[in-house]
Amino acid sequence: MSTTSASSTRNTAPTQTGDRVFSGIARTAGLAIVVALAGVFVFLAIEGIPGFFQPEQFYKGAGSFWGYVDNLIFGTVLVATIALIVAVPLAFGIALVVSHYAPKWIAGPVAYVIDLLAAVPSVVFGLWGINLFAPKMVPLYDWLHEHLGFLPFFKGPVNPVGTTLLTTGLVLAIMVLPIITAISREVFTQTPVLHEEAALALGATRWEMIRLAVFPYARSGMVSAVMLGLGRALGETMAVAMVLSGGGGISFNLITNSNPTSIAANIASQYKENTPGTLHVLIATGLVLFLITFLVNFAARWIVARNERRMSR
Amino acid sequence: MNRTSFRAALVPGAAALALSISLTACGASNESTESGSDAGSSTETGSLSGELNGAGSSAQEKAMEAWSTGFQGLNPDVTLNYNPLGSGDGRTQFIEGGTLFAGTDSYFSDDEGELSKANERCGSDVIEVPSYVSPIAVMFNLEGVDALNMDSDTIAKIFDQKITKWNDPAIADQNPDVELPDTDITTVHRQDDSGTTKNFTDYLGKASDSWSYEAEDAFPVKGGVAAEGTSGVVAAVTNGNGTIGYADESQVGDLSVVSVKVGDEYVAPSAESAAKVVAVSPAVEGRPEVDMAVDVDRTTEEAGSYPVILLSYLVACQTYPSADEADLVKGFLEYVVSDEGQQAAADNAGSAPLDADTASRAQGIVEAISAE
Amino acid sequence: MTATLTTPPATSSTIPLTHGRLPRWAPGLVAVVAIAAAGLFPLLLGWGVVPWVIVSVIFYIGGLTLWAAVVETRRSAVDRMVTSLVWTAFAIALVPLVSLLWTVISKGLPAINSTFLTYSAFRTSLDQPVGIYHAIMGTLVITFCAAVISVPIGIFAAIYLVEYGKGNRLARGITFLVDVMTGIPSIVAGLFAFSMFTLFFGAGYRSGIGGAVALSLLMIPIVVRSTEEMLRLVPDDLREAAYALGTPKWRTITKVVLRTSLGGIITGVTLATARIIGETAPLLLIAGLTTRTNMNPFDGFMTTLPVFIYSQFQKGTPADFDLAWGTALVLVVIVLLLNIAARVIGKIFAPKTGR
Repeated sequence: MSTTSASSTRNTAPTQTGDRVFSGIARTAGLAIVVALAGVFVFLAIEGIPGFFQPEQFYKGAGSFWGYVDNLIFGTVLVATIALIVAVPLAFGIALVVSHYAPKWIAGPVAYVIDLLAAVPSVVFGLWGINLFAPKMVPLYDWLHEHLGFLPFFKGPVNPVGTTLLTTGLVLAIMVLPIITAISREVFTQTPVLHEEAALALGATRWEMIRLAVFPYARSGMVSAVMLGLGRALGETMAVAMVLSGGGGISFNLITNSNPTSIAANIASQYKENTPGTLHVLIATGLVLFLITFLVNFAARWIVARNERRMSR
Repeated sequence: MNRTSFRAALVPGAAALALSISLTACGASNESTESGSDAGSSTETGSLSGELNGAGSSAQEKAMEAWSTGFQGLNPDVTLNYNPLGSGDGRTQFIEGGTLFAGTDSYFSDDEGELSKANERCGSDVIEVPSYVSPIAVMFNLEGVDALNMDSDTIAKIFDQKITKWNDPAIADQNPDVELPDTDITTVHRQDDSGTTKNFTDYLGKASDSWSYEAEDAFPVKGGVAAEGTSGVVAAVTNGNGTIGYADESQVGDLSVVSVKVGDEYVAPSAESAAKVVAVSPAVEGRPEVDMAVDVDRTTEEAGSYPVILLSYLVACQTYPSADEADLVKGFLEYVVSDEGQQAAADNAGSAPLDADTASRAQGIVEAISAE
Repeated sequence: MTATLTTPPATSSTIPLTHGRLPRWAPGLVAVVAIAAAGLFPLLLGWGVVPWVIVSVIFYIGGLTLWAAVVETRRSAVDRMVTSLVWTAFAIALVPLVSLLWTVISKGLPAINSTFLTYSAFRTSLDQPVGIYHAIMGTLVITFCAAVISVPIGIFAAIYLVEYGKGNRLARGITFLVDVMTGIPSIVAGLFAFSMFTLFFGAGYRSGIGGAVALSLLMIPIVVRSTEEMLRLVPDDLREAAYALGTPKWRTITKVVLRTSLGGIITGVTLATARIIGETAPLLLIAGLTTRTNMNPFDGFMTTLPVFIYSQFQKGTPADFDLAWGTALVLVVIVLLLNIAARVIGKIFAPKTGR
């Protein structure tokens, strides 16, 4: 196949045709995304907007839509924040080990194992979380409550089953770890060897080389990796629903029984017995989740853009 | 490697692959042979064939496994598909005409116009027959205690967070022989909306004076641990100490269960004690003959009956546009409410078989299903 | 250099040209000391193993850093600290990962046998064995369809964003929507696909392709964003070199840009595939749950492995749980095989970089 296309590039006219066709395909793909995703958006808007103005009984005693959704927003953001605080340093650590620290015979298998974890179904994460992980965390929560109980995070009373906000955040952290690790690992290994060798030749230690040559090169990719991880953390449904003991209001208490649950998990929990009215409300909360996702991504892009301008690379 | 030509090569290749897969239609090893051999062994082979699709209550799924298998055994050319999406979606898809029958934990009501829409879909009154009766066990995990007796007031106060210690006098008085520790009570309830919660809170509301909430799919009291699904509740109760929760009796496993006070005695959950309640429950008022919706009698004092039960229905139309559809639904529902079907569910899912009166009335209703 | 030459010899002798280095066995020694020192706590205060390990690690990192700061330079102390921290992060992360995989393997392995893999769940009597052949096939067909939809669209859209769009209105629109869609709850994607397909094909329409469309909505954002990043990493030098040789833009993209970033793109695609292959909610809605094998994605119910797992958990008896764990193991193995296949493809087509 390469011979025919190579001969066709000799003269100029087919080249231009090739270019036109290729950019046409690319633009069509872009338009297809816009159409498809905008379709989803419109569908959700049509189905969801009535959810903002349902009769009071559909808001489960909260009175209004915002009263209903505010602790869900809080829960979504809090759980995702915990997940990212834990997952991001670990993920970058693993990615660095795989790309720059470990010998190849460790790095290869480890990369495989971590990629595999992206495939474990949420249901299995949920089961592992509630049956194995959560009970193991209870002694830690008792300890935290006893020694750091003066902090609002560990006020207690301690959840005797361990199905707390903190547990959920940690399970989510494990779920987003493969995504962040895989992408940042790829980005780290893409750093031009010349940059790295130049840094080392100037006498930089390995860490300085990573800080000066690898990170600046990889920054945009690292942010994207974190954003994709965040997307999963925000939108994760079954694992949060299964692990987190919900039903509570806004509170920073990370180790107790009643916690604010997340939007996606709430949709999954309430969906099973939905009636037309509750379905509108649930989709409206989905719209709110879109808004949150957009704001976070927007902020991240803005920060990256500002940094890039300052570095003017 | 040229991208476009690579793709050009890939697309027909992929199409060919998909085509070859669908052409060979390589069934699983059991599918092709089993139907033939089984048809011979079955005493009375049905003539039905085709696909019968339903959706709804996930509580019925284990029973549905038994029913679909049994029905396919009688009619080897039939495939029965049941989507355990939840009662709400089951009702919605039935109304929209997406399924021929539905399983639901709560009967159709007209609060949001669902009953009228269902009647509209069918063109006549919708059929609702009870299919699945299962005791809801109140189970607990407390070191050194294997069984407890409680009346409805005590259970209500525990789940309302009013009784917070296991050695509370209210519990101790009913269990003079048990040494109760000074452990905190942690209640575990369903986080997701469910028919189990609705039936449990309905029981608490009707049978005790200490429960001031409506019967609802969502558990109304704040506090306590919330867990997803029956298996989540069972896991949470198992993993804690001093925990108490409620779940379908068949899934309780090794956990200890509470015997509930009915009349003057304490009754443990069992299929027999659950079936007794259905027999004495009054029908919902204003329903047509084909609608067997009942309000479970939670306050029954009948000896040996256990009123904390989940009653689930199958929903169908009286007439269907095509004879094939009508025959399939009729055949299936006849099987479900028959002694054989009820016994199969009892063996597989631990449900309570319908009592003879209810079953024969249901049989009469589903036998009348016909084509338009 | 000239500055050192002009300085008096007295001062130059105080600046050593090399600084001290810790011996090769230093980390090992510090590790032993740290474990021993931390071991005092369990002995004296009766702590468990877990706090002992935590304190040991803290002692190790602190001790090694301090020693390096004294003997070596501050910079190399920082380097040693970061090295230990990175390895610690690695070790911490491996604990839950290994625990999870071990759970899946140990609970799943007993369920797996030839009947399990070659039978479907279609039964005509309850004593017949249950298999997951139908679910394996359903997963492969639906995932394949979703990948066929999402991968070309995602990669070409990323090419458009990086090579053609450069911040015009369409590119900004794509970026906006892709950003928003990264956090879409899967069930919402399922609801959309369900409403769309039932609108066009009637209320009873169920098919694998509907599930594939729903999954594509989850997959496309991941493919676009990871591919976009990988394309951005290709140095402009390479593109300019290709242009300078008179290569047309589309040939530069296919021959230079895509091939340079192929490894990363494949990682992104496998990641996206792995992400969607475990989805439950949208498929339950639109592809349904059946017991028979169905190979035709355009008509009829189609069960996938995660949906089967979900259904087994709903049934809730120990025997059902065993089947569910076995199914989860099969799913993980399938993804492992897909990963290996993708890596091999990447190896064959990627340029030799000397790494």
